[in-house]
Amino acid sequence: MLASVLTLGGIGLFAAIALGIAAKKFAVEVDPRELAILEVLPGANCGACGLPGCGGYAKAIVDGSMSPNLCTPGGSDCLEKIAHIMGVEAISADPQVAVVCCQGDNQKASQKYRYLGLEDCNAAQKIADGPKTCPGGCLGLGSCVRACPFDAIEITAEGLAVINRQKCTGCQKCVASCPRSVIKMTPLTATTHVLCNSTDKGGVVRKYCQVGCIACQICKKTAPEAYQIDNFLAQVNYDMAHEAEVAVEKCPTRCIRDFSTGYPEGSSFAAPTVPTKKPGQAA
Amino acid sequence: MENQLYLSSSPHIHSGETTDKVMRKVIYALLPACAVAIYFFGLPALMVLLLCTLGCVAAEGISCKLQGRNMTLGDGSAALTGILLGLNLPPSSPWWLALFGAAIAILIGKQVYGGLGYNPFNPALVARVVLLISFPVQMTSWTSPAPLGSDLDAVTSATPLGAMKTAVMLTGKLPELAHSGFSQYLIGNMAGSLGEVSAIALLLGGGYLLWKRIISWHIPVAFIGSVLIIGGIFWAVSPEKYPNPLFHLLTGGLLLGALFMATDMVTSPVTDKGMLIFGFGCGLLTVLIRLFGGYPEGVSFAILLMNAATPLIDRFCRPKIYGQVEAKV
Amino acid sequence: MSVKAMNLKTFKGGLHPPDGKHDSATKAIETCPLPEELVIPLAQHIGAPAEACVEVGTRVKKGSLIGKAKGFVSVPVHASTSGEVIAVEPRLHPMGKALPAIVIKPDGEDCWDENLTGADPETLSAEELKSRILDAGIVGMGGATFPAHVKLSPPPEKQIDTLILNGVECEPFLTADHRIMLEETERILDGIDILRKVLGIDRAVIGIEDNKPDAIEKMAREAASRNIEVQALEVKYPQGAEKQLIDAITGRQVPSGTLPMEVGVVVHNVGTAAAISDAVRLGRPLVERVISITGPGVNTPKNLLVRIGTSLEFLVEQCDGLNGDPAKIIMGGPMMGQAQLSLEPPAIRGTSGLLIFRKQDLPRLESGPCIRCGRCIGVCPIHLQPTTIAAYARLDLFDEAADYHPLDCIECGCCTYICPATLPLVQSIRYAKAAIMAKKRTL
Repeated sequence: MLASVLTLGGIGLFAAIALGIAAKKFAVEVDPRELAILEVLPGANCGACGLPGCGGYAKAIVDGSMSPNLCTPGGSDCLEKIAHIMGVEAISADPQVAVVCCQGDNQKASQKYRYLGLEDCNAAQKIADGPKTCPGGCLGLGSCVRACPFDAIEITAEGLAVINRQKCTGCQKCVASCPRSVIKMTPLTATTHVLCNSTDKGGVVRKYCQVGCIACQICKKTAPEAYQIDNFLAQVNYDMAHEAEVAVEKCPTRCIRDFSTGYPEGSSFAAPTVPTKKPGQAA
Repeated sequence: MENQLYLSSSPHIHSGETTDKVMRKVIYALLPACAVAIYFFGLPALMVLLLCTLGCVAAEGISCKLQGRNMTLGDGSAALTGILLGLNLPPSSPWWLALFGAAIAILIGKQVYGGLGYNPFNPALVARVVLLISFPVQMTSWTSPAPLGSDLDAVTSATPLGAMKTAVMLTGKLPELAHSGFSQYLIGNMAGSLGEVSAIALLLGGGYLLWKRIISWHIPVAFIGSVLIIGGIFWAVSPEKYPNPLFHLLTGGLLLGALFMATDMVTSPVTDKGMLIFGFGCGLLTVLIRLFGGYPEGVSFAILLMNAATPLIDRFCRPKIYGQVEAKV
Repeated sequence: MSVKAMNLKTFKGGLHPPDGKHDSATKAIETCPLPEELVIPLAQHIGAPAEACVEVGTRVKKGSLIGKAKGFVSVPVHASTSGEVIAVEPRLHPMGKALPAIVIKPDGEDCWDENLTGADPETLSAEELKSRILDAGIVGMGGATFPAHVKLSPPPEKQIDTLILNGVECEPFLTADHRIMLEETERILDGIDILRKVLGIDRAVIGIEDNKPDAIEKMAREAASRNIEVQALEVKYPQGAEKQLIDAITGRQVPSGTLPMEVGVVVHNVGTAAAISDAVRLGRPLVERVISITGPGVNTPKNLLVRIGTSLEFLVEQCDGLNGDPAKIIMGGPMMGQAQLSLEPPAIRGTSGLLIFRKQDLPRLESGPCIRCGRCIGVCPIHLQPTTIAAYARLDLFDEAADYHPLDCIECGCCTYICPATLPLVQSIRYAKAAIMAKKRTL
C-alpha cells in the first residue's frame, strides 16, 4: 500500500518538476499585445487579411508591418479593440459583403448540357466551359460553399448559391473560389444589386435566362446617377446606392433586386435581412 | 430548350462493379459458413445471425436518419457487418447481446467516424471486443455442436484453444486435443463462435472472393503463412508445450479472421506491400497472444491492432511510380 | 518472320474494358463524300494555334495553306477541299467552345493545289524531309496531336536509337488504326522508312495488340524485307499509351516529366507514318484522316476517310443516322475521348473516332464514399495512388496532393473505370494537376 502510494507520488513529483523545468527552459517570449489581439480576432483563420491565420496577423499588427483594419470578418468591433490594445486611432474600412450576382437557377436559366462528375464548379467549368448556357451564370455546384469559413453560403434546391448577409464577413474567399466571378464584393449598406453577370447582348441573354440583364437601359433612365451599363450589363454605382432602389420595380426581367425586402426567396435566408453592422462607427 | 446530352470528364464507361455488388459478393461468400453454423448449432445460431444483421441494418438506418445523411442501407455494408458480427459470437448468445453488439458495431465502430469508408477499425471486431470485455461470461460460454437431426443436446464445452490455454496453465503441457481430431476441426465439429468452426466452409467462401477478385491473396497468405511459420517454430522448439501449426490454423478464428475480417478493405492497407506487412503483423500478434497472452484467442485483437497501424503502413508503402528513375543515355 | 507472337510483351497495371471493336473492325475504309461546308479550326494540335492567312472570299484548292504555324510547337493548317472561304470566325470546336476557324464552301471539284509536288525521299536530306513534314501540318494522329516535327527534332545530346510505331489502338471501339494497317500497309512502311532517315537510325518496331492478328500478320509479312520488327503486345488498356508502349517494347522507363527522347525513343502512330509518306512522296498535307464512327447509338458503324472540317452530323448521316436518342457523343475513344455538346463541331486532325452512346449504354454514376479497396492503385499504369490524390484534391490540399505525383498521371481513366464507389478520380486528379500547375506558374 505504502509502496504504491510512494511510487505514484514519486512519478507525479518527477513529472511535475520535469514539466516545470521544460516550461522555463523552452519558454517563448511573446509580446502580451500579440496575445491580446489574437484574443479579439475572430479566429477563423480565413485569410482575409492576406495572411494564412489570425496568429500571423496579430504578430504583424504588433510589429507594425500590417495595418489593424485588414480584418474584415472582425468588423468595426474588432478594429476598435485592436486599436485600443495598440493605442492607435481606428481607421475603419467600409464593411463589405459578398453578393452572388445571378438569379439564374435551374428553373430560370438553361443548361447547354447535363453535367456528370465532380460536384465542384471549377471542375465543371473545365468541361466545355461549364454546363450553364450563360457564360457568367452561377453553376451551383458549391465551390463557394466549401470555401466559406463562416458557413454563410448555401445552394438552393434549384441550384443557385445564395449568401447570408448576416453571416458574411467580407473575407472574399468565395470570390476567389468562383470560376465564373459571379460573386462580387459590395458595401454592406447597399441593398440594391443587379443580379446578373452576363455580358452578352440582350437578345442572347433572353434565349438562355428569364432573369438576366438585357441592357434595356430602363434602370439608367429611372435613376441615371445610380446605374451604369458596361458590356450590356447594368451595374449599380455604389457611391449613389441609395438612389438605386427606385429601379427595382421597373426592371422588366426583375434582375435588379432589393435585399432589404427579403431576398432570396426559397432559401433559408429569405427573412428580411437588414444590415446589422454600421460602417465607420469605430472611428 | 434543354439539351439532353450528358457531358463528363473521361472515361465514359465503367466496369459496373460497384460498392453494393462488392458487399453482396462478400455476403454470398459468407453463406457457407452461416449454413454450417446453423447445421451444427441449430436455431439459436440462426437467431443470433438474424438479430445481428437486422440490428446492424436498423442501427445504420436510424443513424443515417438522425444525422441527416443519405440513406446508405443500399450499399449492403451494414448487413455484411451484421453477418460478420453474428459469426463472431458464441452460439448461445442471448438476444440482447446480439442487438447490443450490432448497435456498437454500427454506431461506435462506424458511424461516429463518418460512415462507410472512414472507420479505422473493423466494426464487427470492435463490437466483438467490446462485448468480450463487457460481458466475459456470455462471450465465453461455448456449447458443443449438436448437428441438426442428431439427438445430441447442446452442452457447455470449451473451445479447443480455451481448453489448451487452461491445460497449459494448469499442467504446463498441451492437452490431448491439441494432438488429434484435426479432421473434426476441419469440418467444424467443435465448440467455438458461429463462424469460426468450419474451415472448409470458410475456405470455400474465401476461394470465391479470391476468384471474383474481391480480395487479393496478400493479406490471407501473409496472415496464415506467418501464423504457420511462427507457430511452427515454437512447435519445433518445444512440441510438448506449443501446439502443432495445423492446430493454430484449424481452431479458433484464424481462417475467419484472415479471409474475411483482416481483408476488410476499409481498414486494411491499399498497396500490395502494405497488405503483406499487415498480414504478417496480424499473424505475429495472433501467435503471441495465443501462446503468451491472457486470452485463449488473439485474432480479433491482432487485427484491431494492425487496423490501428494501417495509416502508418500506407504512408510507408507507397508504390514505386513509373518514371521515378534516373535518365538513361 | 520477325513476329514475336509467342512472346507477348506488356506493362504492369492496366485493365481489360470490353473492346466493342467487332462492329467496325471488319468494315473496310470508305471515303466520306464532300459535305456542304467545311469548318476548319485553327487550333487542331498541341501548341500555339495557327494564324489565318486567308480572308473571306479567297479561292482555295485542296491542300492550300490557310493557316500559318505560329512558333516552333505549332503546325500550319490547310484547306481540305477546293472552294471559297466564306467565313473566318469562331465556331464550335470539339473542345466545347467557339474557337477561330476557317469556313470553306466546297466548289465540288475537290482538286489539289497544283503547287504541291512530291519528291522521292531518297533524294532529300533529313532536314528537307523534316521541313516537308512540318509544312504538311503532320501531328500525332492517335489523338494527342503533338506536332510530328517537334518529336523529330531531338536536341543533339539526345541519342535516339529506336523508332516505335504505335499500332496498339487499345481504346475500346476504335478500329481506324487497325484498318489503316490492313489497307495502307505500304504507306505506313514507306512512312517508317522516311522517319528512320530523318532520325538517322535503323531500328524500328511496330507494336500491335494481340487482338488484331490479321494486322500483325500482314504488317509482319511486308515489314520483314525492310528490316522492321513487329511486336505483338498483350491486350490490355492502356497498352497504347506512349510510356507504357516504350516500357513494354524496350523495357525502358521514361523519367518523370521528360519526353521519350530522354531514353532514346521516338514514338509515332501508324496513321502518322502513313500521312508522312503522303507528305513527302506526294507533297500532300494532312487534310483527311480515317475515323471510326461507331457505338450503339449509330445505325451502321463504319470506318470513314474524312476531310478535316466535316461536321460530326454529316459523318453520322453517312452511317445511316442515329440509332435512338443520343445521350453522349464522344470524340475519341470511351476511355480518354472528349464528350461533345452536339454533332455540330467538325472532325479535326486528332479525331480518331466518333462514338455515340444512348442513355441505356451509359454507366449509372452515383458516387459513394471510397471504400479503400485499392483497385485504382492496382490498375494505375503509372503506379500512382489515385484515391489519395483525389481525396486531397477534394479538400483543396494541393501541396499534400503533390507529394503523390499527380503530374505524372496520364489520365488514361483506368482508376475511374474500376472504382466501385464510382468516384470521378481522373477528374479530381486533373483538378489537382491544374491547381498545382497554376501554383507553379505563380512561383
